[in-house]
Amino acid sequence: MRRFMGLAALAAVLACGGAHAQQVNVKIGVLSDMSSLYSDIGGPGSVAAAKLAVEDFTKSNPNVKVEIISGDHQNKPDIGSQIANQWFDVDKVDMIVDTPNSGVALAVSAITAAKNKVFLVSGAAASDLTGPKCNANTIHWTYDTWMLANGTGTALVKTGGDTWFFLTSDYAFGHALERDTAAAVEKAGGKVLGKVRHPLNTNDFSSFLLQAQSSKAKIIGLANAGGDTINSIKQGAEFGIVKGGQKFAGLLVFASDVAALGLPTAQGLTLTETWYWDMNDANRAWTKRWQTERPGKFPTMVQAGVYSAVTHYLKSVAALKASSDGKAVVAEMKKLPTDDPLFGKGTVRADGRKIHPAYLFEVKAPSESKYPGDFYKLRATIPADQAFRPLKEGNCPLVSG
Amino acid sequence: MFEIFGIPSTALFGQLLIGLINGSFYALLSLGLAVIFGMLNIINFSHGAQYMMGAFAAYLILQYSGLGYWPALIIAPILVGITGILVERLFLQWLYKLDHLYGLLLTFGLALIFEGVARNYFGSAGLPYTVPESLRGGLNLGFMFLPNYRAWVVAASLVVCFGTWFVIERTRLGAYLRAATENPTLVRAFGINVPRMITLTYGFGVALAAFAGVMAAPIYNVSPQMGSELIIVVFAVVVIGGMGSILGAIVTGFGLGVIEGLTKVFFPEASNTVIFVIMAIVLLVRPAGLFGRRA
Repeated sequence: MRRFMGLAALAAVLACGGAHAQQVNVKIGVLSDMSSLYSDIGGPGSVAAAKLAVEDFTKSNPNVKVEIISGDHQNKPDIGSQIANQWFDVDKVDMIVDTPNSGVALAVSAITAAKNKVFLVSGAAASDLTGPKCNANTIHWTYDTWMLANGTGTALVKTGGDTWFFLTSDYAFGHALERDTAAAVEKAGGKVLGKVRHPLNTNDFSSFLLQAQSSKAKIIGLANAGGDTINSIKQGAEFGIVKGGQKFAGLLVFASDVAALGLPTAQGLTLTETWYWDMNDANRAWTKRWQTERPGKFPTMVQAGVYSAVTHYLKSVAALKASSDGKAVVAEMKKLPTDDPLFGKGTVRADGRKIHPAYLFEVKAPSESKYPGDFYKLRATIPADQAFRPLKEGNCPLVSG
Repeated sequence: MFEIFGIPSTALFGQLLIGLINGSFYALLSLGLAVIFGMLNIINFSHGAQYMMGAFAAYLILQYSGLGYWPALIIAPILVGITGILVERLFLQWLYKLDHLYGLLLTFGLALIFEGVARNYFGSAGLPYTVPESLRGGLNLGFMFLPNYRAWVVAASLVVCFGTWFVIERTRLGAYLRAATENPTLVRAFGINVPRMITLTYGFGVALAAFAGVMAAPIYNVSPQMGSELIIVVFAVVVIGGMGSILGAIVTGFGLGVIEGLTKVFFPEASNTVIFVIMAIVLLVRPAGLFGRRA
């Protein structure tokens, strides 16, 4: 019976093939951290976002058939590479999206280029993805270390935070974030007094905090993410870092981290994001839809970025009427201007950098927060043309001269 | 101010104290493991998950009954201890006669289930929990700022560790327990209900893990994976101290906390590896661990 059904389906496809010549089949793989420290930043919430994008797009473009699969890279580059290889070779996946953890993202980016598929990075941060390690198959969507550094770093130096000490997560992402922030701080006239590199997933930061405290730096820059950032800030409050006159700069803080810290601990923290669920009506409406799949949670910019990236990808595939040639699809994505309800109008640059504004936020005090998820107040908007690294400074081989 | 290897002495004293504080967590957790292994011969791999459950229980108690840190410190270990007793009655009691591997696999599987359930309902980012009002602030010791809460952690864990050691090594109840591990049949012949004693011992070991979890909630991120990050280190502590040795677990817990603390000053990148290097060396020189008796 099953075989018969299969034959029937095949016959139907063949029959329809003539009638709808434009029928395009697309397979999208959401490769993320599904079970560990970054799974609230991307993870199942990214899958939900991708589904919403597909739902919205296929409503007006019924000729595009999209299938979504997902995988857990467990923050290990080898596992991520293995999944990517299998998806491209065996499962015939056309595009991989999300992928928090820069180590994994850099590995998957290289594989994607070798197999001529498409890789849309929303979750990973390292600006190397559009710098020395850029390629014609990868687009870096939501944010990157340069933008975070430039946003938070420059803003804090301008308001008097001119001496810095870094707590850095000891892998590709942390190093990139520390390097980019140090450059932004020095450019703005500040000074870096010291740094300490801690292993990923560290439980106790008191030793590192003590070193930061004795450095007497005005700003302690947290070049880490997720649970590491939460632990640093939580224990920093305990050790009287903020009371002692020093200030934390959360270089990569997501809405989910603020929820985990609670406003009493997180209040006053300055951070940069490119998307916040409570910014405007479009974002709030989308959040409501997203929450039917993830009740009680608030979407992060990474998850919103997945929605935006998938939407633009599908538009380009529909325009080309083909999804198999990764380079051609990415070239089309760079040619078409981007436009979606969450990030508005934007562009994709030659080096694979998606361009949109960034926002400097401050975490509200508990007394200012009116309802669940009411986390931020807007301090400044960094216009799109200043938010990201200038094209020429990235040393991306795709941008010659 | 003088310097040692280029590090100001004040910083070094601070780090020693921090190491001692972290050591008290290692000691508390490895103590529970040592009690369970020493008395039940079970390698309790769900210890990390039970530590996490302790922290989550503290959060839930605060959310649903409004009871703060101090009541939670008593209630959470009791609740989690009861789940431990259920686990022992339902599963573990059938495994005592089998190879260690079966207990290890069962408890490892349970740990994955506990963590998965917590992640499903609460997500991975973590839950907020703050330091109790009465323990906020801290003392300026001159060479470092010592938060009151950390001082309390060291004191409480020393009391609990010493109390447990005293009960097992120096009281009649402890003597029964130790006798029951040596020769259960003979102890039963004296009219002692050995299975019940074993069940309660497991419950107690689990409650110790939960107690450590509540202690950790105000200062560490309360997330489903908080236990699995710590448990591997704690196992290394138990192996270095000698499997099943209570005193070994306590002394090694504090000692390794200090060594790890110093590594964080001299070579921070290696701070999560140093304990395993020590474990490898100890196993080469003394396979039964520092305080273990050769089987």
